[in-house]
Amino acid sequence: MIKPALSDEILLKVEKPARYLGNEVNMVSKNPKDVDVRFAMCFPDVYDIGMSHLGIQILYDMFNKRDDVYCERVYSPWTDLDEIMRKENIPLFALESQEPVKNFDFLGITLQYEMCYTNVLQVLDLSQIPLFAKDRTEEHPIVIGGGPCVYNPEPIADFFDMFYIGEGETQYGKLIDLYKECKNRGLGRQVFLRRAAEEVPGIYVPSMYEVDYNEDGTIKSFEPISDTIPRTVKKEIEWNLSETYYPEKPLVPFIKAVQDRVVLEIQRGCIRGCRFCQAGMVYRPVRERDVEYLKDLAVKMLENTGHEEISLSSLSSSDYSCLKELVYFLIEEIKNKGVNISLPSLRIDAFSLDVMSKVQDIKKSSLTFAPEAGSQRLRNVINKGLTEEVIMEGAKEAFKGGWNKVKLYFMLGLPTETVEDMEEIAVLSDKIARLYYETVPKEERKGKVQITASTSFFIPKPFTPFQWATMQGQQDYIDKAKVVNTKMKSMLNAKSLKYNWHEADVTVLEGVLARGDRKVSKVILEAYRLGCIFDSWSESFSNEKWLQAFENTGIDMDFYNKRERSLDEILPWDFLDIGVTKEFLKREWKRALEEKVTPNCRDACAGCGMKALGGGICVEAKGQN
Amino acid sequence: MLKQKVRIKFEKTGMMRFIGHLDVMRYFQKAMRRAKIDIAYSEGFSPHQKMSFAAPLGIGLEGTGEYFDIEVNSFMPSSAMTAALNEVMVDGFKVISCKYLPESAPNAMSSVFAADYTVTIHNENVDITAEKLTAKINEFYAQTEIITEKETKKRTRTLDLKPLIYSLCCENKVIKMCLSTGSTDNIKPELVMAKFCEFIGMEYTEEPILFDYARNEIYTNAGDDNGVKLVTLENMGEDIEG
Repeated sequence: MIKPALSDEILLKVEKPARYLGNEVNMVSKNPKDVDVRFAMCFPDVYDIGMSHLGIQILYDMFNKRDDVYCERVYSPWTDLDEIMRKENIPLFALESQEPVKNFDFLGITLQYEMCYTNVLQVLDLSQIPLFAKDRTEEHPIVIGGGPCVYNPEPIADFFDMFYIGEGETQYGKLIDLYKECKNRGLGRQVFLRRAAEEVPGIYVPSMYEVDYNEDGTIKSFEPISDTIPRTVKKEIEWNLSETYYPEKPLVPFIKAVQDRVVLEIQRGCIRGCRFCQAGMVYRPVRERDVEYLKDLAVKMLENTGHEEISLSSLSSSDYSCLKELVYFLIEEIKNKGVNISLPSLRIDAFSLDVMSKVQDIKKSSLTFAPEAGSQRLRNVINKGLTEEVIMEGAKEAFKGGWNKVKLYFMLGLPTETVEDMEEIAVLSDKIARLYYETVPKEERKGKVQITASTSFFIPKPFTPFQWATMQGQQDYIDKAKVVNTKMKSMLNAKSLKYNWHEADVTVLEGVLARGDRKVSKVILEAYRLGCIFDSWSESFSNEKWLQAFENTGIDMDFYNKRERSLDEILPWDFLDIGVTKEFLKREWKRALEEKVTPNCRDACAGCGMKALGGGICVEAKGQN
Repeated sequence: MLKQKVRIKFEKTGMMRFIGHLDVMRYFQKAMRRAKIDIAYSEGFSPHQKMSFAAPLGIGLEGTGEYFDIEVNSFMPSSAMTAALNEVMVDGFKVISCKYLPESAPNAMSSVFAADYTVTIHNENVDITAEKLTAKINEFYAQTEIITEKETKKRTRTLDLKPLIYSLCCENKVIKMCLSTGSTDNIKPELVMAKFCEFIGMEYTEEPILFDYARNEIYTNAGDDNGVKLVTLENMGEDIEG
């Protein structure tokens, strides 16, 4: 067995020492001496969160299928260990070999949410790797970023040697081969970076591009430093999701991770085209996995992990064409063996209610709807197809079936929102409560109906039709929540309604980080220097320190959040080509303001640009429109 | 269907000694599925495996004779069950035996009466010769009473450890002891060693760590009013091969 990097004294002192030991079921063990390339794959948050991420498990499996690569895992040490490592100068280590990350060839960091950016710096710092890419030398690993945040990598571009834009299954092999060639021929870091930018599709090397700014702070030009470097970087897409990498033996953590279950990704992409949703745009086109492939995978993964639950994962499971077949298979094959099935993101209808009644305890479970906006007008603006009629029908059926808990999710701060739109959140909640009392006779009721409405604040994201939208200030957001709260309390069924809202300080910060340019890296670095880490954790988030960082660096939050962007402004992420065209996004932004709905991909092609790539749902037969 | 009880003896060594008790339980629940053991489940919407552990082992301690009981729906030969489980273990966990229990047997937890421990010096953090350590241990154990203060949830009470230490000896810097264990008078080896350090005039510290601890065996009391008779939990059951 491998000797832990941490002493017994430290392991006995820190919370959940299993976070730092590795040796989990299905961990890959290789002798580091037997491989050419050592890849440290990092999720920059605590182990319990990071281990729940499917993407890393897919890449871990993919890399380790190669005999010449050993891929190991790294997570952010929790604050207790962070402090000890700094004090005792212990370099951050990978779980598998327990060896320092700084000796690896690559450090890959997945960027799943903007509020992990200070943790990226923590990981680099604890690894004893220079924070800025420009300060790294031949002895340091190549630091590569991936994941959804790379659709605007600019705020953290200075900290990364390169980014992988798009789905990891396709080009990592080529990148590793190029790295080996450069290493064997002793060509050095700079040559590798340049050639990766030139030769490997999907690879963005920030140091190969120069940004010029106008006097008003907007981007004047964004140019490659030489003609051999591509002007735009194209998103990578795995076209055949039924013949690709998928871990048949996922890692099983000792401690309870957030996802303590088998995760089966049934499809990528979403047909819906909600205008606020980045995932719905950047993961286009919809590509389904073959149902027989999924059945086989489900059985194997359950056998290999021993998990007691399986969860279907996708942006909108109800849109998967073979969902019924898959779910009834799972109920038949698996439910009888003591394994639970969890089905998030299901539309409430006769089928889903039937399934839920079979796999869940109705008394304990609740129905979830995500209308996102209270009024039909605003739902048209955001292109959320869900209508009040559909919600009421679903709720009615569910109430008849014995459910009495409903969860509703909304966003506040959407473009064109009025006070009336906000109040409609309370009105809709009340209507659902009323429906319960009308539907279920008094003698059959088991207590009150419980309607829980939650709101988050809308944050405009790159590559969405709302990327041009303006945001508001922290206090404006809180005021919106108060409008909803007051209206909720005035409703007839107020006692059956519960309302939760999020804090707004993280919202405005996330806004800056989401649509920021390279200048924003200064704030991130300063916030980190002031002690910010684990910003996505309310117990460690410090708004004061972040505000101090903005002040110290002179970066103006309003420039990124409140400024009106013109449609012809060069946006920091314009050099990326995700397949969906800027023309389409502009068209959708205009249609939003005109409150016009755009049909989903299955009903009619809206001409987003993906069709030109000739795959996925774009080439499937369309229903009559 | 006739359900049968099986007692599983396992070890937890190396860095796996930092896996906490609840996580060890979760680990074995998943291992049962991977090994395709026909374990019995409770009824209801979220069925639980019928599994109960003898005695939780503290974080940091090695265990080479740990136990839990399960209930199975169908027969599987002892050796086959042991092999199937070892097929799905990670480094540091090993199943030693799977013994079928007589129907009347009490469960593992209520059977626990005493446990063997081995104590060794951690990273040579205690500067003492083997001869002196042996002599001092013998001297310590030869006392007629070993009064200590034991903290319970509500108060601190004085306790004589002597009758609760069934044996204590030392050879070549390896200390072995058998201590009262279970729901009443549960004595931890750390408490004995802290008391021993006090006896030889040395400060007992948790940082730096002075001693490594391992629990090697757990016993039940098969004796009667006339005296204690220690029988390992393993020997309460038997191998059945067919």
